[in-house]
Amino acid sequence: MTTTTDLVSYEDALASYDPVMGLEVHVELGTKTKMFCGCSTELGQDANTQTCPVCLGLPGALPVVNATGVESAIKIGLALNCEIAEWCRFARKNYFYPDMPKNFQTSQYDEPIAFNGYLDVQLEDGETFRVEIERAHMEEDTGKSTHVGGATGRIHGASHSLLDYNRAGIPLIEIVTKPVEGAGVRAPEVAKAYVRELRELIKALGVSEARMEMGQMRCDVNLSLRPHGTEKFGTRSETKNVNSLRSVERAARFEIQRHAAVLSSGGTIIQETRHFHEDTGSTTSGRVKEEAEDYRYFPEPDLVPVAPSREWVEEIRAALPELPLARRTRLLAEWGISATDMQAILNAGALEPIVATIDAGADAASARKWWMGELARSANESGKSLDELSITPAQVARVTELVSKGDLNDKLARQVIEGVLAGEGTPDEVVDKRGLKVVSDEGALTTAVEEAIAGNPGIADKIRGGKVAAAGALVGAVMKATRGQADAARVKELILEKLGVSEG
Amino acid sequence: MTDNIIKLTAAETAAKIASGELTAVQVTEAHLARIEAVDEKVHAFLHVDREGALAQARAVDEKRAKGEKLGPLAGVPLALKDIFTTEGIPTTVGSKILEGWLPPYDATLTKKLKAADVVILGKTNMDEFAMGSSTENSAYGPTGNPWDLTKIPGGSGGGSSAALASFQAPLAIGTDTGGSIRQPAAVTGTVGVKPTYGAVSRYGMVAFSSSLDQGGPCARTVLDAALLHEVIAGHDPLDSTSIDAPVPPVVEAARNGSVEGMRVGVVKQFRGEGYQAGVIQRFDESVALLKDLGAEIVELDCPSFDLALSAYYLIAPSECSSNLARFDGLRYGLRSGDDGTNSAEAVTSITREAGFGPEVKRRIMLGTYALSSGYYDAYYGSAQKVRTLITRDFEKAFEQVDVIVSPTTPTTAFAIGERADDPMAMYLADLCTIPTNLAGNAAMSLPCGLAPEDNLPVGLQIIAPALKDDRLYKVGAAVEAAFVERWGHPLLEEAPSL
Amino acid sequence: MPGITREEVAHLARLARLELKPEELEHFAGQLDDIIGAVARVSEVADQDVPPTSHPLPLTNVMRADEVRPSLTPEQALSGAPAQEQQRFKVPQILGED
Ligand SMILES: [Mg+2]
Ligand SMILES: [Zn+2]
Repeated sequence: MTTTTDLVSYEDALASYDPVMGLEVHVELGTKTKMFCGCSTELGQDANTQTCPVCLGLPGALPVVNATGVESAIKIGLALNCEIAEWCRFARKNYFYPDMPKNFQTSQYDEPIAFNGYLDVQLEDGETFRVEIERAHMEEDTGKSTHVGGATGRIHGASHSLLDYNRAGIPLIEIVTKPVEGAGVRAPEVAKAYVRELRELIKALGVSEARMEMGQMRCDVNLSLRPHGTEKFGTRSETKNVNSLRSVERAARFEIQRHAAVLSSGGTIIQETRHFHEDTGSTTSGRVKEEAEDYRYFPEPDLVPVAPSREWVEEIRAALPELPLARRTRLLAEWGISATDMQAILNAGALEPIVATIDAGADAASARKWWMGELARSANESGKSLDELSITPAQVARVTELVSKGDLNDKLARQVIEGVLAGEGTPDEVVDKRGLKVVSDEGALTTAVEEAIAGNPGIADKIRGGKVAAAGALVGAVMKATRGQADAARVKELILEKLGVSEG
Repeated sequence: MTDNIIKLTAAETAAKIASGELTAVQVTEAHLARIEAVDEKVHAFLHVDREGALAQARAVDEKRAKGEKLGPLAGVPLALKDIFTTEGIPTTVGSKILEGWLPPYDATLTKKLKAADVVILGKTNMDEFAMGSSTENSAYGPTGNPWDLTKIPGGSGGGSSAALASFQAPLAIGTDTGGSIRQPAAVTGTVGVKPTYGAVSRYGMVAFSSSLDQGGPCARTVLDAALLHEVIAGHDPLDSTSIDAPVPPVVEAARNGSVEGMRVGVVKQFRGEGYQAGVIQRFDESVALLKDLGAEIVELDCPSFDLALSAYYLIAPSECSSNLARFDGLRYGLRSGDDGTNSAEAVTSITREAGFGPEVKRRIMLGTYALSSGYYDAYYGSAQKVRTLITRDFEKAFEQVDVIVSPTTPTTAFAIGERADDPMAMYLADLCTIPTNLAGNAAMSLPCGLAPEDNLPVGLQIIAPALKDDRLYKVGAAVEAAFVERWGHPLLEEAPSL
Repeated sequence: MPGITREEVAHLARLARLELKPEELEHFAGQLDDIIGAVARVSEVADQDVPPTSHPLPLTNVMRADEVRPSLTPEQALSGAPAQEQQRFKVPQILGED
């Protein structure tokens, strides 16, 4: 499916047009069971082992709402500063598709459980942008199809498809923004920051792991342009199922350039769904339907209304954890770092490891130093994320403890970390196995110092003559002789002492 | 012997099995023999589970031999409408689209029957997906009315009512969306009850119109219906619309029939054009009888009832258009047109075209129309408002009376084929039964005589407020006793022998 | 009153996934028109300030605890499948969104 798309440069597009976005995010909840039946939601099980009459849509089967699904929806709604409906219903969204066993999706329509909220998101430079939330509603996921006989499992050209309904009925929360206006040139960045903030929020609430690469969180990017100075929204395109933060930004950017090219050449945008391609960073048009969809929504007669009592809602509100933005603001102050530093930490995915390392006993500066330095480098080299490294925050904390006790110096500590990452064991085991310990035996150090002085009489004389800076060369010699296991500061002290010189 | 067994009521049968006078196997064999003898003519059953029924009967006899306590209907045979799933036993809903389907699970009602040791003889014929009032819409051919085999046995539960009236089973199960228990009961001279919505679990009952469907008991006597009611009713956590409250004391009510001091309402909207003279005559006699028995008769005006049929024919098709979407030829049931070139989408369309009969297609189309954008408010939305008005009319009525009575159907059984091409004429059969489904309250039909012009049974409908199902049995038992005394025998004795 | 056309019937049939034959389209157009004409009187109440009733009983908040219950075995789940492969439901090619 390669079609060339005319684009104008991003700068030119923004010079003439103002982008308006709508972001729809689906989050798969981490409940134990499905939204309307007791089947397990555990991932990675054999096909069709987690199905029952309800989620297979067998004749006669009826749904029953998962209370934890509703509670999670309320948590998300409250965290997004939404109002929680006093009374709302499920509705059926009617359309045929083989991955949907009932050929209707049990969803919510004009009565979402949460509505009218906002989420403040932080951009790279620390500036805050408020994204207004239209609604968050409950629904269910579809099954999964595998396409056989075509190229690389694509639906196009497949001879047939195979359906696994293990995922069918897993609870989803769909979160829809109001039109995001006024972001201007930063629109793609806002889109990415919004999805990231939402993901952090969902994780902090503990309602889902929200792993985009696992499809637990998926984003549709709706985008339109309007000429500067106009109010009316342009026709939008809907780019479906964008599955990474980077792609969200790229998809928005691409669509801005594509729309601008169409509009500035006098063309019109057709309202359509589009697909984002990771490899090219471009979008292509979805199948053109002969007729407009008509979902024929109506209240789900097999389920009764959900009317969360105000007491329950307040109980949930009171039990909400500290939310990510508030927490970041607090940590920023506690650690005394800048917004840019914090952004770098977030970009590196280092916030949680750093906090966990501090919780395990390390001081904040050391925890930051290791995660943003040695460990970030190592992760980068191996193409992993920080949480995929084979070292735990507790182990990093142990290393910082050994350093602060003077058992390790920074150079040795790096070797210990290297050993842990290489699977040689815990920090203490690596210290033992590699024999990495600061030589703190004064006798042995003194001998090494004397040997270094004797071996470098010229340098010794310079030092005696007042050139204290020359001591560095002798320290180096001692460190070499002790294979780096000496405490450099102590070595320097000993050298100056032996040569009868005092510092400064 | 066989003849004596099959004429017994369920209560009598259970008592004889409990006392050892009869074994459950004897009773079951007698009914299987009766089915063998007459069902070729009647066609009440779509599937007879001879082996399963005998196995259940043997288990009852073993229990008794071991001295275990038997339930009130243990060993009594029953004909189950083919709309409830039965694990490993065909469940077709009267449709080609489910021909050969063996459900992997039992409906809650099926489980309750088995747990009560009721012997399930087989599955009965019905209008496809319960859409119809004559059982002519079954994909497997019509059922005859035992009073006159050229006449319809009512619908959609015509198989169940015909099985009772032809003594193939003393008990049956029906489902009532707009009258599908009561109208068949009326035209076959049997008893049928639509319990309060939510009283009997819908889990495993193939949905037609979810907010209207309700399973219920069918029998030849009011007491038998009550005994069965008590077995199948009760809260089910698998059905979100199930009532979480104790089952009303229906058996006690049926054993203590009385209308003494009761206020009985007669709604003026339930008569007039379209009502057969003999039906009105028998109904008026019933009202007079109630008065004689000590009831106070109150005239009622329920103006919104005039809109009930219209609201019903928007709501039921709308819900069905969605409920029946799952029959797509992909996961179970019929698949047509899978020739290797057709897409899944095309195969679904071809399968549904081939698998559904004309009435089902008509209602799916009607419901799709009523829900489609631009029409929703005028049709579905308005119909839901009518529903509110009907509920209010009932509420007002029940401030003045304890129960309401009416003819169950405007006419006696019509001839097979007579209304087949005229859907609107067919829909009129449910004129008196539909308001109850829309409001969700309870109603019963029981025989009140034969219409003089055609010698066919006429049904008397009794309507009670929601959750007051016991009132139906209290009034029904009194009326039944008075009529039997007047006639000198149960009405079914006048039916021709087959 | 409504005047349902053959084209409208064809559109409804596509929405409802029914491959109606030409004569059925014709037949249904007439019948649906009759039925809609007869039941359209419900819209007499459209303007009335009456809440709609979607459920006959005033129940709310019927929920279940988030506890796993046994699923069907894959054999049971697939027992009715017209075609299957690799423990999955086999369906003809899907006209998809790709
Ligand atoms: Mg959605
Ligand atoms: Zn399930």
